[in-house]
Amino acid sequence: MTNRIEIRDLYKIFGSHPQEALKLVREGKSKAEILDEASAVLGVNNVSLSIPKGSISVIMGLSGSGKSTLARCVNRILEPDAGQILLDGEDITTCDQSTLREIRRRRMSMVFQNFGLLPNQTVIDNVSFGLKLRKVPQAERYRKAGEMLETVGLSSWGSHLPGELSGGMRQRVGLARALATEADVLIMDEAFSALDPLIRTDMQDELLRLQHSLHKTVLFITHDFQEALRLGSKIAIMADGAVIRDGTPQEIVLDPQHEYVAAFTRNVDRARLFDASSVMTAEPVDHPGGAGFVIDGDGRVTGWRGNESDPPSPDFISVSPDTVLLDIAAKAAGRKGPVAVVDDSGRFQGKITESALLAGIAGTSEPQNKGRAHA
Amino acid sequence: MLDADTVYIPLDRWIQTAIEWIALHFRPAFRTVRWPIDELLNLIEGGLQATPPLLFILIFALLSLWLAGRRTGVFTVVALFVILLLGIWEPTMTTLALIATAIVICVIIGIPIGILCARSDRAWRIVRPILDVMQTTPSFVYLIPVVMLFGVGTVPGAVAVIVVAVPPLIRFTNIGIRGVDRELIEAGIAFGATDRQLLWEIQLPQALPTILGGLNQTVLMAMVMSVIVAMIGAEGLGLVVLQGLGRLDVGRAAIGGIGIVLMAIILDRLTQAVAERDPKKGSPFARLAGAGRMIMGGRGRGADTATSTPADSKN
Repeated sequence: MTNRIEIRDLYKIFGSHPQEALKLVREGKSKAEILDEASAVLGVNNVSLSIPKGSISVIMGLSGSGKSTLARCVNRILEPDAGQILLDGEDITTCDQSTLREIRRRRMSMVFQNFGLLPNQTVIDNVSFGLKLRKVPQAERYRKAGEMLETVGLSSWGSHLPGELSGGMRQRVGLARALATEADVLIMDEAFSALDPLIRTDMQDELLRLQHSLHKTVLFITHDFQEALRLGSKIAIMADGAVIRDGTPQEIVLDPQHEYVAAFTRNVDRARLFDASSVMTAEPVDHPGGAGFVIDGDGRVTGWRGNESDPPSPDFISVSPDTVLLDIAAKAAGRKGPVAVVDDSGRFQGKITESALLAGIAGTSEPQNKGRAHA
Repeated sequence: MLDADTVYIPLDRWIQTAIEWIALHFRPAFRTVRWPIDELLNLIEGGLQATPPLLFILIFALLSLWLAGRRTGVFTVVALFVILLLGIWEPTMTTLALIATAIVICVIIGIPIGILCARSDRAWRIVRPILDVMQTTPSFVYLIPVVMLFGVGTVPGAVAVIVVAVPPLIRFTNIGIRGVDRELIEAGIAFGATDRQLLWEIQLPQALPTILGGLNQTVLMAMVMSVIVAMIGAEGLGLVVLQGLGRLDVGRAAIGGIGIVLMAIILDRLTQAVAERDPKKGSPFARLAGAGRMIMGGRGRGADTATSTPADSKN
């Protein structure tokens, strides 16, 4: 996987003498000591992070953790005090203002928590805002903005003002505005945090749907761990300005490493997060001569039997590798028989025993394989 | 012991000397400053005096109807007829020309200074105490240096009016721009706005209601000062009042006073209506902003506001 953005050893310090404070940081002083000695606040503390191309990376942290500061350093709304940010290998912390402007106009865009829409401009004008700054002629930018409004399902709202729209709709406008510039990198700063829970779920689905066809590189900032699990292919967890854990959702849930991270993962609904491939065993038969699946020459499952001498019975349950544990449990409930994991063409991938399923859901044993996230 | 009769700071003489020195050596500079004000004043006053009163009333009636609605429209018509029938039409037009001239110049000076102050804390640290002094100094006190530097008459009167009326506009412009939602500014930067685009696309449109509130204050200050400058020979309603006082002609002074009050109410209502206009109603507010952008915005933006699409007309 190639990385679109690489953040290397990044620091951001708020205060009148950041370089002085930076020296203290490098001497290993704590956040509190720096506040005391240099009256500076350490916003981002030595963060290194890779944002892979074409997927959603989430930065999760509570308020004050520096997640929004980090996001604003990436497009240099805030100037980092040390470190590098590589966009496709090119360091943007050192580029001049006009290069930076071009990057912001064409390669990175942003979605804001409170939408950041101009209240006295119509929806279509708001969506075409980025293009206007780029001096795209009006007809052209309205055409493009119209397309984007259609993409987010608001094509008939172009001539309304943002104030006439609901919160969810406004954020769709914000999203359309970010998409209209055709920037590949989308920074979404708590983009759904101001929305009602139901609308928020809708918008998460919408983002996943859009991402399915658009494959943008999304840097999504949130304070909500569930949201992070739901959206992120990768999650970085921040506390006190530093990234304390990053990895795939499964890696983080399976092995939080930090007490702080564990506090978030404890309440995760594993039954929805893990899939068949994470709890299955590859062997079709328990032990030679024992109970197991019968497999033909093409690798297809033809039946199941209690032991070698029994005739194969067609009475078993088959699921695909990406079925989440919750759905497997629902299927298996009330039916006798073991669970076979088969791929699209019906080939045997593994089997799931009842105890493995329960252990996977309860989180009492480590799943054998690392499956995909299904939050 | 300190004897105040013999030991004192001769500040009065210092100021006197300084002003005299400036008046003597910088006369050409002050003539240059005078010139555009003189021209603008003559132009506006010529136009107003040449307009038949009934036509003027009609124009103002329509204007206030459009901007502020029926009640103000009716009030404007009645008030202007009262002024006409009281026989003070001509001085009223002179006062209006004086105010209009002052406002135009206040806008030209005040808004850019306000913008500068909003963008630079250093500029604001310098300008703010100057505004404090300007606004706490009694307006009478401005008259003497103005007379010494610019002479007497309506044009020096306009200079004094400008000096008194410009501070609120600077303050409100500064506050308006500084008060623009942080996220909107970030949105502008995040989408690659230049400083200029940030100003024209985001800061000024968002700050416009506040700036227009400041304009309303400036208009009222100008109205008040336009009366006081009658003391240095400015013509208009102030002169009517001053003459009435001089001759102990209470009736005449009162008529001048009524004219001033009526004009002040009309101007206040009109400028307030512009300032408080709900931008959602698709409106003079937006058109004014558009016109403002066309006049001051520079290249290419006129086309944006001129080509009206259905989406645009709401804007």
